[in-house]
Amino acid sequence: MFTEKYKKITIKAFRFNVETDYLPYYKTYEMEVENNELILDLLNRIKWEHDGSFSYRRSCRHGICGSCSIKVNGKPVLACKENAWDMIKLFGDELIFDPQSKKRAVKDMIIDKGDFWEKHAAVKPFVVADIDPHPENETKMSMAQVENFLDSDYCIQCGNCHYACPALEVNEEFFGPAAFAAAYRFTIDPRDEAGTERLEITAQPAQGIWDCVKCFECAEACPKDVNPIEKITKLHNMQFEQNVARRNVATKHAEGFVKSIKKNGFLDEADIVLYSEGPLGMHKHVKTALKMLKVGKIHFTDALPFVDNMPKSKNLDEIQKLIEISQTNKLPKI
Amino acid sequence: MSQLKYALFTGCTAKQSTPELLSSTLAVAEKLGVEITILEEASCCGASHLQDFDEFLAHVLNARNICYAEKLGLTMITICNTCQLNSAMTKHALDTDPALKAKVNEKLAEVGLEYKGTSEIKHFLYALIDEYGLDNIKDKVTVPLSHLNIAPFYGCHNIRPSELHQKSNGGENPYNPTSLDQLIEALEGNPIDYAHKNKCCGFHVELQANHTSEVLAGNALLDAIDSNADIMVTPCPLCHLKMDTYQDSVSKTMGRDVELPVLHMPQMVALALGCTEKEIGLNFHVQKATQLYPA
Repeated sequence: MFTEKYKKITIKAFRFNVETDYLPYYKTYEMEVENNELILDLLNRIKWEHDGSFSYRRSCRHGICGSCSIKVNGKPVLACKENAWDMIKLFGDELIFDPQSKKRAVKDMIIDKGDFWEKHAAVKPFVVADIDPHPENETKMSMAQVENFLDSDYCIQCGNCHYACPALEVNEEFFGPAAFAAAYRFTIDPRDEAGTERLEITAQPAQGIWDCVKCFECAEACPKDVNPIEKITKLHNMQFEQNVARRNVATKHAEGFVKSIKKNGFLDEADIVLYSEGPLGMHKHVKTALKMLKVGKIHFTDALPFVDNMPKSKNLDEIQKLIEISQTNKLPKI
Repeated sequence: MSQLKYALFTGCTAKQSTPELLSSTLAVAEKLGVEITILEEASCCGASHLQDFDEFLAHVLNARNICYAEKLGLTMITICNTCQLNSAMTKHALDTDPALKAKVNEKLAEVGLEYKGTSEIKHFLYALIDEYGLDNIKDKVTVPLSHLNIAPFYGCHNIRPSELHQKSNGGENPYNPTSLDQLIEALEGNPIDYAHKNKCCGFHVELQANHTSEVLAGNALLDAIDSNADIMVTPCPLCHLKMDTYQDSVSKTMGRDVELPVLHMPQMVALALGCTEKEIGLNFHVQKATQLYPA
């Protein structure tokens, strides 16, 4: 039945009980949904009208406790904030409810979020400062200092970005976007004194920001518009600004862009790999390079230092001048 | 329909390791009567890596690129998702932050340029679909792709963050993008539905997190293969490079044979419009596409 106020939809919900089920399965529920109902209302209705054993987390119902996050047709949502009809508009009249991370499912929508909390804690998500326990005045911040948080303080630790991050799915050491957003939030806090330490923690290979794949899944997943990848970029820049960055393949790759653009306007694709890896690291790329050579993607002359066959941007002098007057960061020599 | 005119920001890849992307783009434009002016002045967009090193410098260089499209009074089109993202991010930052715009313009004034914010930035994919029109493309098809199962691979930077792409770059639902599927249908091909079509290819961490990169590429390629794809098609040359060039090593990482030709979006269109083999440039691919033409 389709009227202005109701839509008839099918919900396929992920069901799994780690104590009794060998494998997860999907169960189908049909219901008429009113245009003002939230995804949380639909979770409630599954439990109250269809199956009392259906399990999910919920608490505040006001978008602040971060408990009720699930995925609807692959889209991470905070169930108490997401209008059901908006989801029907995006995905049609069959909605699929999944837990944030199927492999961490404990019971239906409930997951073991232990890895999230462990990684969140690893970046020291609190203000580190010697504070007078009985201050006579409050600590004041200027508007500019407040704006510098870039809404990173809105994070409610729902885990949507964390479980949307593909880098984290592959590399279990990776701290993930929520931890990085928290690292930024406390490092930027004018009261805090552990900024350098946090920048060092988040600069570690495998765990830190340099393993971010730049997919923007975290920006898309956040129900509070924290935009974690924006904070990841800020942390990258801060590592250079505050002299925390060390020369490695990732930092040289970032800095190498300036070198290449200064010379050509364009990025020299072969040279950036050589520069980032160093001559000793090139053995990893020999097989691929030979294949690319064979089909004409790269050329023999690319490797010869005295042959410059790179295309150059027109008005290259403008680019060089702009780099000269606009560059703000440097990569240390060691 | 009045003639469409665009300023083309080629990006670095189309000038070096994927010349077939540039030649097929120009061939498609010619077949469709779309006028293209290449922005020869443009520099690298920074590919998100320059942004990690020096965000302000990246804004200055991207603003300079956009200035040249503005001078021509044209929409700037891109043929790389990452160029699209980084150019559009600079445009968004400057158009919404007057102080930043002034600071960037102070630098640009030193070379006689001014960023005004008058040019739109759009990937060629959405110029074709939203401005040229799928029905008009359909009318020009001479080699229908009905014999091909085609896996669309969207690439992150054209669909996320969705808010950035809402106004002038397709405005896709990043959890269920449809543009490439529709384009494939307009060319009479069979679009393959598979879970990884909107996922990350891993290109950007190729050097520092190689295993992550290989697994992400492998997941997508194998999903497409298991969904019975004959070829994959992508609007992003960085996705193309990752997926095409590294299939040997991805096979090793995944423990399964990975063999799937990966075409650039304009190559697929060029194929259906009857462009020459030289223009399509399949010879530049590592994973050869051998059965692209109907038997």
